[in-house]
Amino acid sequence: MSKTLYDKIWENHLVHKQDDGTCLIYVDRHLVHEVTSPQAFEGLRLQKRKVRRPELTLAVPDHNVPTTDRSKGIDDEESRIQVETLRKNCKEFGVELFDVNDKRQGIVHIIGPEQGFTQPGTVIVCGDSHTATHGAFGSLAFGIGTSEVEHVLATQTLIQKKSKNLRINVNGELPKGVTAKDVILKIIGTIGTAGGTGYVVEFAGDVIKNLSMEERMTVCNMTIEAGARAGLIAPDEKTFRYLEGKTMSPKGENWKKALEFWKTLYSDKDCKFDKEVNIEGKDIEPLVTWGTSPQDVSPITGVVPDPANEKNEDRKMAMERSLEYMGLKANTKISDIKIDKIFIGSCTNGRIEDLRLAADLLKGKKVSSNVSAMVVPGSGLVKEQAEKEGLDKIFKDAGFEWREPGCSMCLGMNPDQLKPKERCASTSNRNFEGRQGRGGRTHLVSPGMAIAAAINGHLADVRKI
Amino acid sequence: MEKFKNLKSIPSYLSLQNIDTDMIIPKQFLKTIKRTGLGKSLFYEMRYDENGKVIEDFILNKEPYNKSRILLAGKNFGCGSSREHAPWALSDFGIKCIISSSFADIFYNNCFKNGILPIKIEEQAVVELSEYSKRKEEIEIDLEKQEIKYGNKIKKFEVDSFKKKCLIEGLDDIALSLEKTSEIDNFEKNIKENSPWLLKND
Repeated sequence: MSKTLYDKIWENHLVHKQDDGTCLIYVDRHLVHEVTSPQAFEGLRLQKRKVRRPELTLAVPDHNVPTTDRSKGIDDEESRIQVETLRKNCKEFGVELFDVNDKRQGIVHIIGPEQGFTQPGTVIVCGDSHTATHGAFGSLAFGIGTSEVEHVLATQTLIQKKSKNLRINVNGELPKGVTAKDVILKIIGTIGTAGGTGYVVEFAGDVIKNLSMEERMTVCNMTIEAGARAGLIAPDEKTFRYLEGKTMSPKGENWKKALEFWKTLYSDKDCKFDKEVNIEGKDIEPLVTWGTSPQDVSPITGVVPDPANEKNEDRKMAMERSLEYMGLKANTKISDIKIDKIFIGSCTNGRIEDLRLAADLLKGKKVSSNVSAMVVPGSGLVKEQAEKEGLDKIFKDAGFEWREPGCSMCLGMNPDQLKPKERCASTSNRNFEGRQGRGGRTHLVSPGMAIAAAINGHLADVRKI
Repeated sequence: MEKFKNLKSIPSYLSLQNIDTDMIIPKQFLKTIKRTGLGKSLFYEMRYDENGKVIEDFILNKEPYNKSRILLAGKNFGCGSSREHAPWALSDFGIKCIISSSFADIFYNNCFKNGILPIKIEEQAVVELSEYSKRKEEIEIDLEKQEIKYGNKIKKFEVDSFKKKCLIEGLDDIALSLEKTSEIDNFEKNIKENSPWLLKND
């Protein structure tokens, strides 16, 4: 019987199936960070349980870490305790940790692929909803809660029911200036923030095929913003090339065996999806969000929508609330919206290619005087590579701050936060109320669009740089 | 886990759609290393102003809703971050049942791990129940029978049979899975033979 890629990975990981369809599935790779793990380790201690497979587990502090000089430690007491707790737990339970001052430290979803910890055909979990990122490698990767983190630590398995199959085809080609971030924002804008609920998404079509691995990660990263826990892309030569030689990638004879298996990871030709969505690449423009849900997208050439034109009462109410929070009036031209802050970074757009693209557009230009701008590389290795290429100099010369790696202003658990009513063009993934700081206003954009906003001091069209 | 008992309560109603877990419990409260004590910070930015003063007219700050054990909510409740701090905060506040026309997957799952019953019913039925919130009348949840009782009416709801059992009996699902250790051992033996690259240091 023909199967989807998700079907294949699912079946490969079935440890046990109950009559009611509840399954126990094996977890190949478990990523851990400081925020969603302390209660899980504490649970193990209370029950006198061990970590079943510490060697399949990798931990890193990322949410709480300061992005300024770290040599003096973490000022905020609670943050410091959380990071210290992770350190203690990793030591006690034998889990490998990339600690704060390790140059491999970085955002959990950046370091997995960077190390080759992320591999095709695996089940990867983490107590973090952006785990979907790893689906770019053709793995089934999804976020879990802390109770499930504890379950995985103790058993290396998870209790799950199978989701439905959704394929999203992005066909044709992308116009100039349109990037992976615009593709995923377009998808979320099309199917809505709950459009993928109950599904695992496979991204396919020529546009997806032609994306680099880093761009594919950007797409998969935000699958959760469309409601689906996991989004994946069939691995291909690009995937294999990316992984070859990475520290934790298979070596020698194992590499050959792995490669042979990885080449079987695709959806069969005549397999059936429960739902399919088609999007034409040529219809995608550089996008920004205007509201407080990632589905609230508009082309940069558009205007803030008018709730008065909305027929659904609940949706209308949500739009009115969003516009009030965002301090925007209906029908304002998107490109007239003034910006106070620029944030380039996060597990969505904090990889080396993002920084290269941004630096390339920024070269020889200056950040507008009304804007303060920062770049937070996704990991220590991304930072090192960028510095080797002189990208840091381009950013600093233009007026950007060049920071240490971490989640930073994507969620503002560390001191990198927006002040009330501050407006930010951000390459992160969520524009929820208060996400980047209480009262802060977030416009989600691609790295190129963040540069356009930085130079102009207002939201602007990257195609005009 | 605490066993789920049948509930009777005046429900609170938040009609807003897409209530995300950042709204349910903002980031500054994720720095805890405990599961407890989050109830006072539930819906923090809606309940307290910039100076930490209680916003009197927010529903959960008002009598009798501050004692609600049932929350009615707009669609796609619990979207966004996977933080289990969201159900911890709801439970600590006293909310043990959430009724909406749809939930985000991770949040939905996290509820069951914390003795909270999320009930999915059609939007119209949520709106009908919201009248009971406005009139400050109790509604009743019977998980065993899978019924919401309100006035002289009964609304049936669906729930996964395994999740229902875990809630009613307060089961520790890690213990249940550990009973299958020999199957997990066998599975790993298979990996070793067929996909040796997956087991690091092995």
